[in-house]
This record gives sequence, structure tokens and C-alpha cells, in this order.
Amino acid sequence: MRFMIIRKADRSTEAGDMPSEEILAAMGKYNEELVKAGALLDAAGLQPSSKGARVRFSRGKPTVIDGPFAETKELIAGYSILEVRSKEEAIEWVKRWPPEDGDVEIEIRQMFELEDFGPSEAVERMREVGFADKK
Amino acid sequence: MTAADIHRTIDAVWRIESARLIAGLARIVRDVGVAEELAQDALVAALEQWPESGVPNNPGAWLMGTARHRAIDLLRRRTLTDRKHEEIGYEIDARQMAMPDLEAEIDDDIGDDLLRLLFIACHPVLSTEARTALTLRLLGGLTTEEIARAFLVPEPTVAQRIVRAKRTLAEARVPFEIPRGSERAARLSSVLEVIYLIFNEGYSATAGDDWMRPELCEDALRLGRILAGLVPKEPEVHGLVALMEIQASRARARTGPAGEPILLLDQNRALWDRLLIRRGLAALARAEKLGGAEGPYALQAAIAACHARALTAEATDWQRIAEIYGTLARVTPSPVVELNRAVAVAMAFGPQAGLDLVDALTSEPALKGYYLLPSVRGDLLRRLGRFDEAQVEIERAASLTKNARERALLLERATSTAREGSSGGARDARPRGRPGR
Repeated sequence: MRFMIIRKADRSTEAGDMPSEEILAAMGKYNEELVKAGALLDAAGLQPSSKGARVRFSRGKPTVIDGPFAETKELIAGYSILEVRSKEEAIEWVKRWPPEDGDVEIEIRQMFELEDFGPSEAVERMREVGFADKK
Repeated sequence: MTAADIHRTIDAVWRIESARLIAGLARIVRDVGVAEELAQDALVAALEQWPESGVPNNPGAWLMGTARHRAIDLLRRRTLTDRKHEEIGYEIDARQMAMPDLEAEIDDDIGDDLLRLLFIACHPVLSTEARTALTLRLLGGLTTEEIARAFLVPEPTVAQRIVRAKRTLAEARVPFEIPRGSERAARLSSVLEVIYLIFNEGYSATAGDDWMRPELCEDALRLGRILAGLVPKEPEVHGLVALMEIQASRARARTGPAGEPILLLDQNRALWDRLLIRRGLAALARAEKLGGAEGPYALQAAIAACHARALTAEATDWQRIAEIYGTLARVTPSPVVELNRAVAVAMAFGPQAGLDLVDALTSEPALKGYYLLPSVRGDLLRRLGRFDEAQVEIERAASLTKNARERALLLERATSTAREGSSGGARDARPRGRPGR
């Protein structure tokens, strides 16, 4: 099963500060360990929300709101995708997050697999979309 | 934390730490079986103590520390016994000399220890079943029960396999080392074979009602990724990882809502896992960059990559695939590869060209009883409008497969072929064979 490990934003990431050499090295080592354990599928850092935008829908009409966004702690600064056998295993890995990164909050969310939805018409349609040329 | 929570946490810690734990201990005690017992003892200690004391801050270090003490005790006892018997072997001296450094030593080169452990678990003195069971147990951190469930065999059978495997290794005095020189290549390919076998058992279950057991695929992928980290300069390891990543990327598209298999060309490509494809293509590029483009796994990965790159089934570059199968047939000549080449050739140059190759294989003893031969042949005949012959072949294929789902699929195809025959025309010239999964 897969989990998204979400590293929440803070004032520093939102200010666009580049992480220090120390943090970079520690994160590199941590990710390397995850790779060596065969658990890390993907990881990326996000640029500050000032460089992003939101599209909000109201009665079907989109409104574009440019960043930055105020609620810093609810924003995302980066993510990793882990493939592990249980939520506890994901938690164990996250507990080893490098202390060099400071007082951060990291959220662990299990990703849906299509099987989780069970048989339904909507899922069927999802299976049908795309390029399938089924007879 | 409730006791159940702590047990789940311990399971998770075990899964992360057990391989390194066993590997580190095996280096001290020079016996994989004993090393695993010591690691298990540490696990039991954790199960006893953590519910009271709470989970330690660094659970891996706790397990290692506990197991290490027991290992050192064991060695001391052994040394005493050895002395009593007045057997002054070179090992004893070496061990006594090494004793003060043991603690420092165990933390070094854990990667090499893991590699030694993997090589020993896949050692040629062991049967294939023993190798897979031992690898999943020692490197994958799976319990005997989990292995039994994955391979649909009774738990005592697996337990016995593991016990016997450990005994075989001890009796054969298989050294805990990384093979060098010419032996290394052969031993590495045994490791790759075991990992791919585990993957395939998950990917296309050879027996039973389920078409796939995804957890086993994930375990194999994890082992492959670990191995790629341990020997990053071995191109075939990346080739194998690439092959598994790309094949696994299709997992969600391979079964319909009722669990029935959907063949590659009929799959909804929107369901292919782009992340795994990206990882697979990157691993393939690494294998090729290391000069391994003609390795058997890299070649199979290159074929899988051709499919992965095609946005629609129609966009598949069959000429390129036929070409790669040609190389594969040269590197590892086998009737099964030749059969696959025939399918690709049929797709690239028409069914008759493929049938010519398949017909040359019908007398091949290695393919006797292999259901894919009549399955492919039936399909090519159908595309050539020879429906009666096609139906017979497809029915024969159905009678030969051991997988229930696959049999159902083939019987359905036989019926539709018969229907096409009676309606008197090839409305649908699309292939229904299996140009890869």
C-alpha cells in the first residue's frame, strides 16, 4: 500500500528560503535510506505558495486566486510517496525524519487504490475512460 | 497505545529492521539459522517488554543491542566449549581477537552484510522453493504464515522448508560472503531469478482462482529495489527492476470488475501507473547506460517499455518489439522467447509471418503441454480466417492452463471464434493472443 508523506509548510518554506546545506545533507541521507529499503517511490519539494494559484469554483464558474495563501500551516512544502505494508510502517519511517529539519509537522495519508472503491458504476466508467478499445 | 497498537508497531519495526538485524548477526555468528534465531529472540523480548516500557525512541537500535548481547554471549559460550574440547581452530583465535571490536564491527558495512545474506538465501545448494521462502523470510521480513498464504501452501510446509534450508546451509558450510570473480555472475543471476520468481508468482499466479497477488509483487519489487541499492553498478539488476516496475504499472488494468483477466492490448491505459512506468524507464536507462542493453532482463524491460510508451494499443511499435525479441532469442535462445517473437512478428508483418514461426515450434518438446502455444496458434489461425482449426487450438489451450480465470477467458474466446466461423467472416482482425502481459 502507498502513503503520501506530506511535509507541511512553515514560515521559512513560504518565504522561499532554500534549505541549509545541513538540512539538505540530512534529508539526502534520510531519503537514501528509504531508497535502500526499497520503500521510496517518489519525492519532491514544492515552491512557495506565492508562486502558485488556486482555482475556486462557484456555481460552475472558476475564479483564479493567485498566491501566496495565508494559512501557512495548512499548506504543503513537499511530499514523498512510500510503498509499505502497513500504516504503522509508514509511521515508523516518518518517526525517523531528520531532526535537522526542525519543528515540522508531517502528515501521513494512505492513497486510494482503485480496488478500495469496490464495484460501482462510477468505477466502471473510470475503467472505461481513456484509450481502452474494448470490444 | 493499546497492546494491539504496540504489536502493530513492533511488526512494522520488524519489517524495517529484521533483514539488517539478521545480516549483522550472521556476520558475527557465521550461521544464518542461528542469526535468525537470535533476531527472533530479540523480537520476543520486544513483544514482552515494550507493552510495559513503551516503544523505545530508536527501536531498531534496541533490537540490535539486545540481539548483539545474546550473540556475544553465545560466542563466549561457544569458545568455552571449543576450549574444553581442546579444539584450537583458527576461527577461535580470530573470534577472540575480534571480540572487543564486535560492537563496532556490526554497524559497519551493513550493506555488504545484506548482500551476503541475499546471496546465501539464494544459494544454489538450496531448492528453488527453499530459496524463495528463505529470501522472503530473511530479507523481506515476512512471517512463515505470510509466505504460506502467498504461495497457497500449508504453513507447516513452509516452516519445514525454511528449517531444512537453514540446515542445508549449515551442513554445506556455505560461507557468509559475497562471491567474487566468475562465481559472482552466476550467483547474482540466481538472486535475480528468485526475485523475479516471487514477482511472477504474485503477477500471474500459476495456480488457484486469483489472477494476481499484488502484495507478493510489491515484496519482489522491494527486494529488487534494495538489491539495486546494494549493487548499483550491475546493469541486470536495474534491468530486472525496470521489468518489474513496468509490468507492475499495469496491475490495475489487468483485471476487470469481476476479477477476470484483461490482456495487454485490451487494457485501459489510463489505468497504468505512470509513476511506476517513469521509475521503470529510468531503471532501464540506467541498465543501458551501464552497458547492459543486451542483458536478458533489460531486453524484456525494453519490450515492456515499448508497450508503456505507446499511448494506444495501435501505436505500439511492433517492428521494434520483434527486433528486440530477435536479440533476446540470440542472447537466451528458448522456445518461449521464440513464441513471443512470433506474436510480435505477426503484429508487425501479419498473421501468416507469425504462424510460420509458430508452426516451426509445434514439435518443440519444451513446449509440450504449454498452453500459450495453442493459444497463440489459435489466435493466428483465427486472424487468417481458419476458424475451425482456431477453435480446436484455443480449446486445447484452455484444457492445458492451471489458472481458473485464464481457462474461463480461453473458453470464452473459443466460443466467440466458433461464432465468428459460423457467421462466416473475420469482422474483427484484432489479435486476441497474448503479446506479453
